[in-house]
Amino acid sequence: MNREPLLQVRQLTKLHAPGKGCREVSFDLYPGEVLGIVGESGSGKSTLLSCLSARLAPDSGSILYRTDAGETVDLYQLSEARQRQLQRTEWGIVHQHARDGLRMGVSGGANIGERLMATGERHYGQLRATAARWMRDVELDVGRIDDRPTTYSGGMQQRLQIARNLVTHPRLVFMDEPTGGLDVSVQARLLDLLRQLVTELGLAVVIVTHDLAVARLLAQRLIVMRRSQVVESGLTDQVLDDPQHAYTQLLVSSVLTA
Amino acid sequence: MQTMIEVRGLTKVFTLHNQGGTQLPVFRGIDFTAKRGECTVLFGESGSGKSTLLRSLYANYLPTSGSIHVRHRGELVALSGADSQTLLQIRRETIGYVSQFLRVIPRVPTLEVVAEPLRLRGVETAQAQARAGELLERLHIPQRLWSLPPGTFSGGEQQRVNIARGFIVDYPILLLDEPTASLDRRNAATVVELIGQARDRGTAIVGIFHDSEVRDAVADRIFHVQPQAATDRMAS
Ligand SMILES: Nc1ncnc2c1ncn2[C@@H]1O[C@H](COP(=O)(O)OP(=O)(O)OP(=O)(O)O)[C@@H](O)[C@H]1O
Ligand SMILES: Nc1ncnc2c1ncn2[C@@H]1O[C@H](COP(=O)(O)OP(=O)(O)OP(=O)(O)O)[C@@H](O)[C@H]1O
Ligand SMILES: [Mg+2]
Ligand SMILES: [Mg+2]
Repeated sequence: MNREPLLQVRQLTKLHAPGKGCREVSFDLYPGEVLGIVGESGSGKSTLLSCLSARLAPDSGSILYRTDAGETVDLYQLSEARQRQLQRTEWGIVHQHARDGLRMGVSGGANIGERLMATGERHYGQLRATAARWMRDVELDVGRIDDRPTTYSGGMQQRLQIARNLVTHPRLVFMDEPTGGLDVSVQARLLDLLRQLVTELGLAVVIVTHDLAVARLLAQRLIVMRRSQVVESGLTDQVLDDPQHAYTQLLVSSVLTA
Repeated sequence: MQTMIEVRGLTKVFTLHNQGGTQLPVFRGIDFTAKRGECTVLFGESGSGKSTLLRSLYANYLPTSGSIHVRHRGELVALSGADSQTLLQIRRETIGYVSQFLRVIPRVPTLEVVAEPLRLRGVETAQAQARAGELLERLHIPQRLWSLPPGTFSGGEQQRVNIARGFIVDYPILLLDEPTASLDRRNAATVVELIGQARDRGTAIVGIFHDSEVRDAVADRIFHVQPQAATDRMAS
């Protein structure tokens, strides 16, 4: 087990307005670890995720990232080019709205192939075969490989976005409500796939979800946010089974099964 | 005998913030030790806090006060204050926990559910699944069910899957919450046998068993969990 954290987040703050955003968030993330972030709408989960994935500069605080090459870098001291390179090669980012994570002007297959090309794969037949395999893995009809995502349903777009992100076997994936618009059986298949990838590839994940059952299934560790602040954190089952904070108790008691 | 779990002054009070801050005291000042190669049975009336104590030993519930130490990689390690990484490592390597009900993972076949704790310790799939198959066989889960997710299984079948999952790793510490509650005699006897073998290997077992026959068959020691009121009475 690698004891060096992949991410070291310290006192991270980004406020759009008082109470709106994230405030003084600190945690470590280790390789192969899945961290869940839950909390009410507007509590700052997406803001936090954007800061973590170098898409939104924080007001204060720091994020140290340990690269594939083994050096530890301060994310917001890096050039934008270097940030984008990390996003393309070492990370995956699954957006809350699939449209933000897809290229709507090119085919579904190209959406997957494009990410592979960014990591050096150039052979057309290989790209297409891999794209088709990933479409099957996320239960997309391979017959739609040449169609643009604009013609896909919301759920299909989300699955395509996940395939596009995981095809390069990133070491760190940020996910914002990845199973949001999906029907239950597809959700289960995706969760299953994610679980498998996490164990087999040692994939680390930060996942924002409002679904406590998804958090329970995927995340070893949980952060609960409310009004821009972390109100509770710990092992997922401990936070959900023996919540200490009033807000977490409310969150847990307002769902039937988690 | 080597101490595997040491509990000192353990107190648990649930605070229900959304019910006017109601305090629900469960137990207070529990001292408890579990030793290598011994099976300790937690005994007490319904609601006395047996499951709460067991869950606390697994770091699933947080103590209100007091301490819990478990022997992990040869050292007694305090659960409270341990970081998540250490707790996860303790669960992977040192403590197994068989809860009263199986938490089903959608679409994952039974054989994989049972093999998972071994896989997490780095054992090869084939080897882990072979071991899973042996246990499922001993617990009389027919082979045709192995490739199905246990979600649709009967209560007793799910519980047996849960038991197989708990016994697949030779944990130094094993926590069992009514593992035989929904089992017939034949399968309860298998569980008694599994417990006996684990104990002979040196596992420290802490369990809750309502069935007095099973209890008599496995218990080396009985620990009485006193509900809060009774503890108060004894103290005064
Ligand atoms: N670019 C922005 N400018 C101004 N305010 C913003 C901006 N982005 C987010 N906010 C506000 O910051 C707060 C946190 O938003 P954020 O999107 O992080 O919440 P969230 O927890 O992801 O919510 P949801 O669960 O609804 O997605 C909200 O009140 C939001 O309106
Ligand atoms: N997560 C929780 N939140 C609030 N109260 C809880 C929680 N878990 C247990 N309790 C309460 O703690 C008390 C002890 O419960 P526990 O489940 O430990 O009893 P038990 O001795 O295992 O009983 P049984 O023999 O019926 O299983 C009960 O009053 C129960 O309602
Ligand atoms: Mg959001
Ligand atoms: Mg109980």
